[in-house]
Amino acid sequence: MLRVDVTKQLGEFSLEATFESQGRVTGLFGASGAGKTSLINMIAGLLRPDRGSIALDGETLDDTTAHVHVPPHRRRIGYVFQDARLFPHLNVRQNLDYGRRMNRLAEDPTQHKRITDLLDIGNLLDRRPGQLSGGERQRVALGRSLLSKPRLLLMDEPLGSLDEGRKVEILPYLVRLRDEAGIPMVYVSHDAAELRQVATQIVMLRGGRVTALGGVKVLTGTSPSA
Amino acid sequence: MSEISPTEWTAILLSLRVAVIATLVATPFGIALAWLLARRDFWGKSILDAAVHLPLVLPPVVTGYLLLLTFGKRGLVGAWLADHLGIVFAFRWTGAALACGVMSFPLLVRPIRLSIEAIDRRLEQAAGTLGAAPWQVFATVTLPLALPGILAGMVLGFAKAIGEFGATITFVSNIPGETQTISSAIYSLIQTPDGDSAAARLVIISIVIAMGALIASEWFARRATKRLHGN
Repeated sequence: MLRVDVTKQLGEFSLEATFESQGRVTGLFGASGAGKTSLINMIAGLLRPDRGSIALDGETLDDTTAHVHVPPHRRRIGYVFQDARLFPHLNVRQNLDYGRRMNRLAEDPTQHKRITDLLDIGNLLDRRPGQLSGGERQRVALGRSLLSKPRLLLMDEPLGSLDEGRKVEILPYLVRLRDEAGIPMVYVSHDAAELRQVATQIVMLRGGRVTALGGVKVLTGTSPSA
Repeated sequence: MSEISPTEWTAILLSLRVAVIATLVATPFGIALAWLLARRDFWGKSILDAAVHLPLVLPPVVTGYLLLLTFGKRGLVGAWLADHLGIVFAFRWTGAALACGVMSFPLLVRPIRLSIEAIDRRLEQAAGTLGAAPWQVFATVTLPLALPGILAGMVLGFAKAIGEFGATITFVSNIPGETQTISSAIYSLIQTPDGDSAAARLVIISIVIAMGALIASEWFARRATKRLHGN
C-alpha cells in the first residue's frame, strides 16, 4: 500500500497531494501541468517534498519531520519514463540486465523469459536502443524496470511519446502486465480512455490538488483527454 | 636526410616517456576535475575553472618558474616530497613529466568536461531508479558515455605534453638523457653550427606526432557522438 501526503513548491506552482492507493493500478489523472510528474518523481525519490511523508507497505520513504529521505536507488521502485531512457551504450540484453546487476540479484532465467515473452522483446536482445522503434523502446524500458524486481512500478505517460497506432500496440501488454506481473503500479496519464483500460483506481489531479479519488467511474464525465 | 642519431633517439624516447607518464597520471585528476566542473556547483568554482586554464594563457616560463619555486629542491612541496617520499622533481625527467602534465592539463580537462556535460542526466536518474548507487551510476553510465571524450582529452593532452618546451626547460633545464625532450633538443640543435639537418629530422617527427594526435582526437570525438545516439 502506498501512502502519500506531500506539499512541494515549484516556482509559482504549488503541489499539495494526499492519497492512499490499494489498487493494483492507481491511475494518476490530470491535464499537463497538474503536477502528475512532480508527484511521481517524489514517490521515486528524485524530488524531495518540502513537507510531508511518503510510505510504501509500511516503510517510510520520506518524512520531512523526521528528516527521512530514502535515496532513489534504495527504494526498489521502478520507473518507466515517457522517453524510454534506455542506456545508449548498452544493447537491449544489457539494458534488461542492468537492474539485476545493480541490485546484485541472482540470475533468474525463468523470470527473464517470462518478461521478454510477455513484452515480445526476445528477438531484440542484441540490438542497440538506436535501432529500435519508439514502441519497441518503450517495451524494453518496461522490461528493464520489471527485471529490477521493484516493489512498485511508476509509469509516466508510457504511451505519451507514441502515435495512435503504437499506443494500440502497447496497451494490451500493459493490461497483461497488470493481470500477470503482480506488481502494484502508479500510472500517470492525461488520457481518460487509456486509464479506463488499465487503471483499477483513480487519483484525479488539477492545479496541484487532488480533486477526486475513487474507482475508474470518477473518470465519467471527463472528456477523453481533458 | 640521414639517419636518426642516438642522441636524437634518446630525446625522442624521453619525450614519449615523459608525455605518456604525464598523461596517465593527469587523467584521473582530469576526470575528477572535469566531473566537478560539469556537475557540481560550489563556492569558488569559477576561480577553480580559471586556475585550470591558467597554464594555457600564462607565459610557459612563468609556469616553469612557479613549478621550480614549489617543487624545486627548496620548494615548499618539493622539499617535503624529497624528505618524506623520496620523490625528486628538480632536474629529473619526473620534473619534465610534471611540467608537461601541468601544461597539458587544460587540454586534457576540456573535452572530458564537454563530454560529461553532453550526457543526458535523465539517463543517470533512470539508473538510480534501477537500483544503482551514485558511484555505480558514475561507473556504469557516466564514465562509459564520457569515454570517447576522455580518450580525446588524453590524446590532446599527450600531444601538448610531447611538444612542451618553455615550462620544462625553465623547471628542469636541458640535460641530454635526463630532461632533454624533442623540443629542447631542437632548441639546442638550431643553436649549433651544423645542427640543421638533425633539427629538421626532429621537426618532422614532431609534426608527425602532433598530426597523428589531432587525427586520433577527431576520430574519438566522432565516436562519442555516435555512441551518444545509440547506434
